[in-house]
Amino acid sequence: MRKISPYWSLLLLLAACFTLATLFVPRAANWNGQSQSDDAFKLLLGEGRRLFANQLFVMGDVYFHSGYYPSMFDNQETDKDVADPAHGKAEDKGGDFLGPPKDWIEALNRHFVPNRHTHLSSGGATGNAKAASVEEILPWMKLSAEMNPQMIDSYTVGSYWLRAVLNKPADARDFLFEGLRNNPGNPQLLFDLGRVYDEGFHDTNRALNVWQAGLRHWQAQGEDAKTNTQSQFVCEEISMNLAHLEESVGDFSNAVHYLEIVKQVSPDPKGIQKQIDELNQKAAAPVSTNNPAH
Amino acid sequence: MNTVFALAGIVIKELYRRKDFYVLFVLTAVITIAAASVQFFHDSHIVRYVKDLCLLLIWISALLVTIAMAARQIPSERENRTIFPLLAKPVTRGQVILGKFLGCWLASGIALVVFYLFFAIVTGTREQNWPVLNYIQALLLQWIMLGIVTAMTLLGSIFLAAPSSTVTIVFTIVAGILFLGRHLNVVAIHNTEPLRDIIYTIYFLIPHLELFDVRERLVNDWGLVNWLDCLLAALYGAGYMMLFLLLAWLGFRRKNLSVS
Repeated sequence: MRKISPYWSLLLLLAACFTLATLFVPRAANWNGQSQSDDAFKLLLGEGRRLFANQLFVMGDVYFHSGYYPSMFDNQETDKDVADPAHGKAEDKGGDFLGPPKDWIEALNRHFVPNRHTHLSSGGATGNAKAASVEEILPWMKLSAEMNPQMIDSYTVGSYWLRAVLNKPADARDFLFEGLRNNPGNPQLLFDLGRVYDEGFHDTNRALNVWQAGLRHWQAQGEDAKTNTQSQFVCEEISMNLAHLEESVGDFSNAVHYLEIVKQVSPDPKGIQKQIDELNQKAAAPVSTNNPAH
Repeated sequence: MNTVFALAGIVIKELYRRKDFYVLFVLTAVITIAAASVQFFHDSHIVRYVKDLCLLLIWISALLVTIAMAARQIPSERENRTIFPLLAKPVTRGQVILGKFLGCWLASGIALVVFYLFFAIVTGTREQNWPVLNYIQALLLQWIMLGIVTAMTLLGSIFLAAPSSTVTIVFTIVAGILFLGRHLNVVAIHNTEPLRDIIYTIYFLIPHLELFDVRERLVNDWGLVNWLDCLLAALYGAGYMMLFLLLAWLGFRRKNLSVS
């Protein structure tokens, strides 16, 4: 009998493998309800991937500080500086966790590691805002969102820097859309999306609609969620922005309506009441010119 | 000295005869290129995560190559019984230790040059920036660190039974020093006596390999470390290399080389 070349056997095996693969791959994709859109992390790590999400978000903060970051042995930062501007807080200027060196080894070691508190948004280690850019944190926000799609901070922080600093409103919008697909009707994400439309695309009509949807979803939440400080801050921001928009188009009664909502959740209701009174005075004043109605 | 260089030459040849280095280099290259090919938010200038990942892989690969190579030098000479004809020549045991050390150290240096060349090409083409001096400084510091690790591994291979146990123990010690070494003084403060003194003693005894790790500075564009500080670190490293080599020589000098 004629001996078959090993190359032919190999070719036959490859053909058999390919045929089997075409049969099994479509079926395997549907096992456990998985579709082809499921990402690689979900396939590889399952639900366990959520454990890594916070760590990846912290990596974003580490990059934001150009590597100058406390370890588990140092005093920990409770708030992430990278998230401060996105949450409406001023950037933290402190955070010098090292203190004076305890011995000569530590003193020498400090020359070989990042040793100054800097922010990428203000130039990073070089202090040159052109050379260092905050875009370096974005992979970590994206990966954090992939790992835990329910971690809202990843979307809000990522979209904030994309919109406010990197001037990429389309990418910010797409990232927030991704967040909304995973967290339908989330008021924080809708608020941020409204800001992208308002400040990034200058599309006030769409911003108004998105913020109104955000407010509706906030109001539809349970009482527990509404009493949460962070949640009340979101409501305040949405309503305040809606009030400003309505005021800018001359609809004072609607603006007052939104300010009444702000008053309910604001830590300074007296200040809001003052704004309401001013708007009421404006509304009562005789109209000298035609206001553009929306 | 010629004898030492001749012995070192044989060890260097081993680097390119064995597959360890090639496998680790290809693995590093594939993972780095795969990571670099991912684009986040249509931005091709994002590079720090690639640098971070590539340097981490370089550190792991270089440590694996160095420890594995240094751990098998003396035991393989004993097992193959080539140590006897070697020592029958006008070669002292001290020269064997020194030759093996120099060979392993130079071989790890060659491996590092290849790794850093790849690193420079990958990151340079992406960020259009070539801080060559920073790369050279990082390479030199890492090479000094590998010198300490090589000497430590040779010492381990004299006293430990098999190369596998030497590799495992040395790798664990090195990883422990790199992760915890710089924090031991903080841990000591938070403990009571006598544990505090024990931890402090360990803190001052161990070679602080993390001194030679400038990855975070390189990734985040912190610029060059003062060369005087590098010189101090190099002297510190040289001290530990000499100490470990001396201990290895003392152990090897009285060692029974026959294999049962």
